[in-house]
This record gives sequence, structure tokens and C-alpha cells, in this order.
Amino acid sequence: MTKQETPLINADTLREQIIKNNVRIIDVRRKDDYQHGHITNSINLPLATLLADGSPENIVKIAEGLGIGDETPVVVYDDTFGALSSRVVWALQYIGHENVKLLDVTFSQWKALGLEVTTEEPEIETAKHSLNLQSEIMATAEYLEKVKDSENVIVIDNRERLNFLEQHIPGAVNIPYRTLATDGRIIRSKDDMRNLLKNRGISEDAEIITYCGSVGTLSGLAFYALKSLGLPNVKLYVHSFKEWKNLEKPTQKQENASYWDLSAE
Amino acid sequence: MSKMAQQLRPSKSGSKKPNIDWSRREEAENFASTVKLFRQGKIEPDTFRRFRLQHGAYGTRMTDDYAMVRIKVPAGEIYPYQLEKIAQLSEMYSIGSAHFSTRENIQLHWVVLEDVSEIMHGLGDVGLTSREACGNTVRNVMCSPLSGVCKEELFDATPYALSIAKFLLRNPLNQALPRKFKFNFTCCEKHGMIRIVDVGLLPQIRQVNGEIQKGFKIFLGGGLGNKSFVGHELEEFTPVEDFLYTSIAVLRIFDRLGDRKNLARNRMRYLVNDMGWEKFQNLVLKERAIVKATQSVIVKLRVDESSKEITRPISVSNESTVYPDGFERWKKTNVFKQKQADYNSVFIGLESGDITANQLRTIAQITQDFSGEGLARNGFSQNIVIRYVHDDDLATMYSTLIETGLAKTGSLTMASAVGCSGTTSCNLALTNSHRLAKEIQRKFLELKLDEDDDLRDSSIKISGCPNSCGQHEIATIGFYGGGARFGNDMYPNYVLSLGGRFDGQSMLGHHTARIPVKRVIPVILKIIELFKKYKQSDDSLSKWIDRIVNGNESSEIKSVEDIKKIISPLLIPPKIEDDADFYNDYGSDTSYHTITGKGECAA
Repeated sequence: MTKQETPLINADTLREQIIKNNVRIIDVRRKDDYQHGHITNSINLPLATLLADGSPENIVKIAEGLGIGDETPVVVYDDTFGALSSRVVWALQYIGHENVKLLDVTFSQWKALGLEVTTEEPEIETAKHSLNLQSEIMATAEYLEKVKDSENVIVIDNRERLNFLEQHIPGAVNIPYRTLATDGRIIRSKDDMRNLLKNRGISEDAEIITYCGSVGTLSGLAFYALKSLGLPNVKLYVHSFKEWKNLEKPTQKQENASYWDLSAE
Repeated sequence: MSKMAQQLRPSKSGSKKPNIDWSRREEAENFASTVKLFRQGKIEPDTFRRFRLQHGAYGTRMTDDYAMVRIKVPAGEIYPYQLEKIAQLSEMYSIGSAHFSTRENIQLHWVVLEDVSEIMHGLGDVGLTSREACGNTVRNVMCSPLSGVCKEELFDATPYALSIAKFLLRNPLNQALPRKFKFNFTCCEKHGMIRIVDVGLLPQIRQVNGEIQKGFKIFLGGGLGNKSFVGHELEEFTPVEDFLYTSIAVLRIFDRLGDRKNLARNRMRYLVNDMGWEKFQNLVLKERAIVKATQSVIVKLRVDESSKEITRPISVSNESTVYPDGFERWKKTNVFKQKQADYNSVFIGLESGDITANQLRTIAQITQDFSGEGLARNGFSQNIVIRYVHDDDLATMYSTLIETGLAKTGSLTMASAVGCSGTTSCNLALTNSHRLAKEIQRKFLELKLDEDDDLRDSSIKISGCPNSCGQHEIATIGFYGGGARFGNDMYPNYVLSLGGRFDGQSMLGHHTARIPVKRVIPVILKIIELFKKYKQSDDSLSKWIDRIVNGNESSEIKSVEDIKKIISPLLIPPKIEDDADFYNDYGSDTSYHTITGKGECAA
């Protein structure tokens, strides 16, 4: 995927590609759910499999096992509002796979649209994939700590508001992952996304680092919401707040208010 | 996870739509650009604050970064697709829960100030507005949730509430009053709060030359706050034709003569009090004559009194006669029998008015599935009322409510305690009244006190400071928060107010004692215990307390002083080493201290 190209693909375009049989589709749900029915030709990759060993070498191995070669067009979907599939797309991009896209609807939405679903599982021939690490889309805790106070760096926390108020990386702005979606699409329209950034005073030229609770799923979705606008410099702090806290890095809290008691949960 | 995925589905198209669109698109754009100018320092903070409040965005505790967006729901009428939208907005821009207020508003808290305009856009999609929900304007026009279905009412006031709300919204008459201004309509004396607002309206009917004429009994100058007053009756009967002129006259007088300097005394009730009722009354009547005589064009309210279409939704009920567990208790404490045969109004209680986004979606669905009128009404006690539910559908509806935690019993009873937002978001709050109300409700339901007929018509209301957002002064048992000290250690405490009521014999509660927060529940239970001991046959807690505060009780407990004496052992603070929890507020495990910011709305 070149930088200017949208990371999203819509249902119609994917269906054309399925007919032409020139796409590798990855279903990021649990195995059971996959076996109950999935998009034609898709293969199953539960997120846990990827997270078990997220090293670049292992991601390459997983890709090869799924029959993904350097040039294979890949489309990824989930049923978790696009957060898990975003994380998989990001992992593939991280190892240097260029042609990978995020389906802009979830599996439930795909079904609700009345589109084809099957229980048949495709045959897979393993492929060869090279490792061409794209470290510019990845932020480590060390890197984040070093740059976070720079003028042109914006850190975005994609957890829910109450979690953010309770504790966050100092200086981060909160855009809860729910804000990113719209009716029937995992990511809001470009105009709406632009408007959100404009209101928040987030420059499209800034270096933006997204993070969430633990493994970079919610913030992965945010990564692609930002990428959908063609933003040049976005990074995912993939180990997110869980690691940040374990490393005992500084955090910030909204003091003197009992906001949790407003929640009906 | 699959539940989350479901929420991304586009909303169903089955919702009924209202006739009135309260929104204006350009206000959202304008708000966004004004916030930007404010952040750039091009607008003075005071000017910005006025602008922000005019558009329904209220400040948040100890921060300028967040706002509370108060969505107006005129007459409390809310449609399923509007509830779905609010659910979505709460997840996108707030805390994933919304809050039903005591004035039929729905509030979204902890919204990033820069996102408020996005909420306004979203509200515009469903015809709602937050305009004039705060600030020195006419606030949300309230109407009893039972208007139209109450056996006692003479006619349905809802169309009048909607029409005056429409007339006043964005009306120059109402943009810069000395202070906020409130209208309440009711069905009957019992179900509305007409004597504690600036203008309260009770439907009346009289016969003139054999013709039936509609009108109102109008109460003026009531209000709760740091100093509270009960409203005065303007005249025996105000024909509906004169309602608008009277309203304009009152607003003009307040606009002209109200105190614009002294923030603490600028509600209209102070003007009435300072001037004396008779003088004020004469002024209103004179002003009304002038308004009538000098209107250059005939100004009339557009009142839509066309009868409403009631259709029982396609029956989703099963034929089973086995009722789900708890159904009888729920029916007894949450269901109100309407004047229309076979139909009921179902009260859905929320803890301190809080509701999750998913629960809002359930309410939207349930309204479509069970309400013959296809809309819901906000109640006066941080609750939701679904009306025109057929007798045969109650059990199925109950089962549906259970699944989403919305079947809490006791909505029509003392168990549903009211609590303002307190230290969860309010700048003025001294205590976490919000959480205390939840704790009390949980305790009442645990002890099954909601089923006790003697307690049914009593109420518990709590404010987190001496201002009366929690309406503690009209509660049978009311509380307002403050800080107290034992030695060097501070602890939160509440002033207990007894015997308030808002019906035909409206009166404000009698301040009785200061109760440490962790002793509030024991004190309430003690009072109930005393009542049980001394009650007469066919008595109720509210009647018993009423007799005590008015010196009419003949048993051993003759005055609030007697009550105070009995509860006094509960009020003694333990040493902090012996009971550290005593010194913490609910929802906090750190030692208590009072912090307040600048208030934006004295009450």
C-alpha cells in the first residue's frame, strides 16, 4: 500500500475481487465463529495467534502459512468494529507487505447487507514472504517518551473516556474508539474525520502516535482512521498503556471528581 | 464482542417522528468556530461562557477542557430514534452513559469542549437541541409525564407545553433574562411540580354560557435554591387564550425589574418576595393588558390538540399465563393505571438517572414494541415513562426489561431516590450526592422497602450542596451536602430536611440535623423504624412526618426535636483511627476535603 492510497476497501470492490479470485481474505474472529460461516475464500486468523508471538519473524511465518506472498493482495475483516482487523493489517504492513486493506464493514454488517457467506474453507498453499521492516509506523515506549512533548507530536489515547480520565499518558488527547465509526461503517467518512481533527486542533502534518489499553487494537483502528485521510506520519504505540504502566512511566489523572459514579455500568 | 458489533448497525427505521424540529444546523457550525476563537484568546472568557451556556454546554468540575451537554426534551417527549442517537453520541463523545435529569433533560457529561459541536450536529439529525438548556433563558419546558393519561386531569396540557416551548425557543424575549426561568405544566396537583418554578400551570375547566372553556391555574414565583419559595396563585382561572399573554407579561416584568447584579438573588422569586405578592400580581395583570393591547400583529400559540393515534404495536406477547419472577412486585411498584381502559404507564427507574448506551437502545426498542403512542416521556424523578402499554403486554415487557437491567422495582415509590450530579461533574458540589442516591436505592430494594405501602408516597431527594438541583426541599426526607470537621479531620455530611411536599399543600422541608454521610442510611432506616412504631392505622410515612413538622402528632414523637434526640447517637463521629471510612465520601477512598469551582447556575 502506498502512502497516499486509502487503507479501506468496500464490500462491492471486495466482491469483484472474490469473483476474480485474486485476493487473500483474512477473517480475524474466533475459530468457532469462522467455522459457522465466513466470507467466501477467507481464511481464519484469530488475533490471539498473532499476539502469541508478535515478532516480525513470526508475522512473516504466519503470513507465509496463510499463503501470502510479497505481492498477494490481502483484505482483512473482523466482527469487532474493525479493531482486531486493523491490528492484523498493521502487523502485515509492519513487515513490509504493501497490498493489504481493511474491509470497511464488519462481518455482521456484511451479513446484514445480504452478502454471500459460506462454511467452505479454501485450500491454502504456503508462500514466501520477505521481511522489510517498516519501523516508521511503530512507536516504542522509549521513543514515545522521548518525542511526546515535542511541538509537532500529538499522542492520541483511544480508550473510553472514563479510563482516560482515570489515567493516561501526560499530554495525550482522548479520542475514544467509538468516535471513529459511523452508522454502518467501521471508520467515519473522510469529511467527518477531517472535521473531528480540525475541531480538536490536530494538524494533518503532525506526527501522530496512537495508543490504547494493551495490544494496539483500538488504537490500530485509529491508526487507519487517520491513514484514511492520507496522513503522512502516523505511528502505533503497539504495546500501549499496559506496557507504559508496567514500565512505571509517568501518568496523569483528572483529579477531584468522582466521574466513575456517573456511569450506569 | 458481538454485542458491540451489533451496535454499528444502522438504526431501525420504525421510529415515529415528532412534528417539531427543535434544531438549527448553523448553531453547530457557529459553536465550533466560536470555541476555536476562544481557544485562540480572541473571545473573552466571560463572553464565551455566556455563549456556551446559551447553547446548552455547562462547565465541568475543575476543568475547562470538558463540558456537559444538556439536551432539552420539551414536555419530556422523546422518540425512539432520538434515544438511539443519544446512545450513539454518549459512546462517541461522552462516557458511554447518559443522564436523565429532574427537569426532563438528558445530559451527556465529560464531553471534550471541542466535540460539543459534533454532538449538536448529531442532535440536529434527530430534531433535538441543547439551545437555551442552560444560561439566563427559559429552560426546558416541563410537563407531567402523566399528562394525557392521568385520571384526575381536566385536559392534556402537553400541546400547550410544546407550543410555549416552541414560541420561546430562540425568541429575543428570552435571550438575556436576569436569571434562568422555568415553566412546569402538570396534569393534576399530585403529579406535577407547579409551585416550585417561576411559572407553574394546572389545567382547569369552566363553563361559560353552557360552553366548556379551557384554562389554567397559574402559579408564579416559586423555586428551589439556596433560598426557596412556594409559588403564588395568580388568579382562579386564566383562559388558554390568555396563557401566552400572561407568560409574555411575566417574562417582560422579570426582564425589566429582575436583579441583574446580585447573582445570589436574581431568580424571579426574589423579585416577587421583595416586591410583595399583591404588588407583583397587580403588575402582571396590568402588563398583560398592555401586552394584549399593543401586539402589532396577533400573536397566538400554535397548539396542536389533534387527538393522538393510539395503536397497540403488533402483539409480541406470548400466551403463557406463567409470569416471570418478580413480575408482581415490579407491576405494583412501577406501573401506573391510565384513565384509558386496558392501558398502563410503565415507569422505568434509573439509579440517579444514569443509563448506559445499550440500555438507551433497549428503551428505544421497547418503546416501539410496546407503546401505543410510539414515544417515551421523561419523568420528574430521573426516570423514563413508557405509556399506552396494554395490560396483556406487561409481562413480556417486564421480561425484556430484566434482560438489560432496566427492571428495577420501586420506580413509583420512595426507593427511587433522586440525586443531583454532585462531585461526579459539578463545580459547586461538596459531596457525592449522586452516588449516595444510588446507595440508598440499592439498600431500599435489598430490604424490599419498595413493596411497603406505607412508604410509597414518600420521597428521598439529595443535593450535593445547598443549591437545590436535587430538589431536597420538596422531599419527605431530603438532604443537602456539606463538609464538617471533627478535630482536624474533615468528613462529608448532609443536612436532613423533613416533610417537604410539592402538591396542593406544598411546603419546604424542615431542616432537622446534620448527618455524617456514612450515617445517612442508618438515619433513614431509624426514621422508618420510629414511624412503624408510632404510626396510626391507615397511616403513611409522609403523613406521619407531616404531622410532626406541623406539630399535630399526638404520639411520643411530637416534633423534629424528638426525632433529632433519638438519632443523635448516630451522629457522633468516631475517631479517625477507629473508623477511617467514616471520613470518606461514597465513591472515594481518600480523606475528604471540599473543593469547589465557580458555579454557572446558582441552582
